[in-house]
Amino acid sequence: MVEKGRPIALLEGATVRFPERAVGPLDLALLPGTITALVGASGAGKSTALNLLAGLRRPDEGRAVPGARGRVSMVFQSPTLLPWADAVSNVSLPLELAGTPRTEARARAGDQLAEVGLGDRLSALPRELSGGMAMRCALARALVTRPELLLLDEPFAALDSVTRTRLIDLTCRVWARAERGLAVVLVTHDVHDAARMAHRVVILDPRGAVAADVGGAGPIGDGLPADPDQTRDAVARVAAALAATMEPAA
Amino acid sequence: MSRAWTERLSGLLAVVVLLAAWEIGCRVMAPPAYLLPSPSAVGAALIEASPRLVPSAGQTFLQAVQALLLATVVGVSAAVSASMHTTARGALRPIATLLQVTPVVAIAPLLILWVGLDRADLSVVLLAATIALFPLFSATLTGLTSADPDLERLFDLHGARPLDRLLRLRLPSSLPFMVEGLRIGAGQAIVGAVVAEFVAGTGATQGLAWRILEAGNRLRTAELLAGLAWLAMMGLMLNLVLGALESAVRRRFGLTR
Repeated sequence: MVEKGRPIALLEGATVRFPERAVGPLDLALLPGTITALVGASGAGKSTALNLLAGLRRPDEGRAVPGARGRVSMVFQSPTLLPWADAVSNVSLPLELAGTPRTEARARAGDQLAEVGLGDRLSALPRELSGGMAMRCALARALVTRPELLLLDEPFAALDSVTRTRLIDLTCRVWARAERGLAVVLVTHDVHDAARMAHRVVILDPRGAVAADVGGAGPIGDGLPADPDQTRDAVARVAAALAATMEPAA
Repeated sequence: MSRAWTERLSGLLAVVVLLAAWEIGCRVMAPPAYLLPSPSAVGAALIEASPRLVPSAGQTFLQAVQALLLATVVGVSAAVSASMHTTARGALRPIATLLQVTPVVAIAPLLILWVGLDRADLSVVLLAATIALFPLFSATLTGLTSADPDLERLFDLHGARPLDRLLRLRLPSSLPFMVEGLRIGAGQAIVGAVVAEFVAGTGATQGLAWRILEAGNRLRTAELLAGLAWLAMMGLMLNLVLGALESAVRRRFGLTR
């Protein structure tokens, strides 16, 4: 559901300094029930932005209000599952870390795995899962805590196109089914993924500052993708805005 | 034939060729037996001296294993402390470096003096444990600090307590490193046990090193080499057992490193 309200997380002129360069200033307000894509060249600070939104680091300048502790989840570029733990143990991990009793945590993990289509693979080890299944398991782990902010750090980059499309559709359905308005941030290099999945595409310039903020063709209501024409228009818009950030100033 | 089997057969063939060349060399050139006995003479000594060598080998093996266990407990505990507390890391690092750069075998006379010649067995275990300590500490610490950075981020994100992080992430991630440290430490523990016995040299400990020393003193070179063969077999056996353990750990924990 697309909702409006107070931002779940906020960046205002947030700059992070590294030994060799600085990233920012970043300005971003994440509203409940919206999907935002962050697009930019490698090293433009997309992952830094996620770390700021997650509260995993503080800005050296400016202001960052991260998502509420315990209400933020993240999916990484690789599934990043504990290789020695089965699917249900991996998914119940965040709950157990937060102190949920083991039995309850495992029951919720089982339900969550069923929701992403892995109900029959509860006791499978990560090495027994395909790339797409492992990523669905990682998505289940991120959703099991019922977050209000879901951060996706290029989770589709290493997948083949069919698996990628299925996972994007699944993520959109999950977003639509979330009880409260779930805010999602997708970091990606892929203009098509960004335009198709997000309501709003934020383009970062090579220094990590916000260069453009354009509308995407993100899902509405039931989580179904927008029609092909809308998607095509959105892809063209995003591609043009991205190209403008990469061209030298006239 | 698989590549692994070809490699194994090549290794075996090399040993057979070496032994054959040694045997033929001894028969053709007939060097004095106290200088270079033939492999067949060493084989005979292995059987003839077995009533003395087998119990001694058992004793040295037991001491090396005790030393390895002691080094594991101390090394892993120190590595866990160093991975969790900056102060502990700061305090332990110079000691670990000192252990690494000093030829620890040189402390054998001091250790024997402190522990007492009447308790030479204990000195042997302590020296062997001291020598095996560094590889275990170092490998475990490397393992504890080498967990997947994204998993570390995940634990940060969910506000994991230090104990949860240790038990659920860092210790399991460090297991293959730890077993590798054990393999290196096992070899070092045998070296330590042998050196300590050499230094004690009184017969207070009647392990393999003492048998080797005694055989050398009496110019029973075949028996000396038979003792060496026992030491080599002991090292090989520990290596095989720990190699199997390493494979089992990697399989169980689904780790590639």
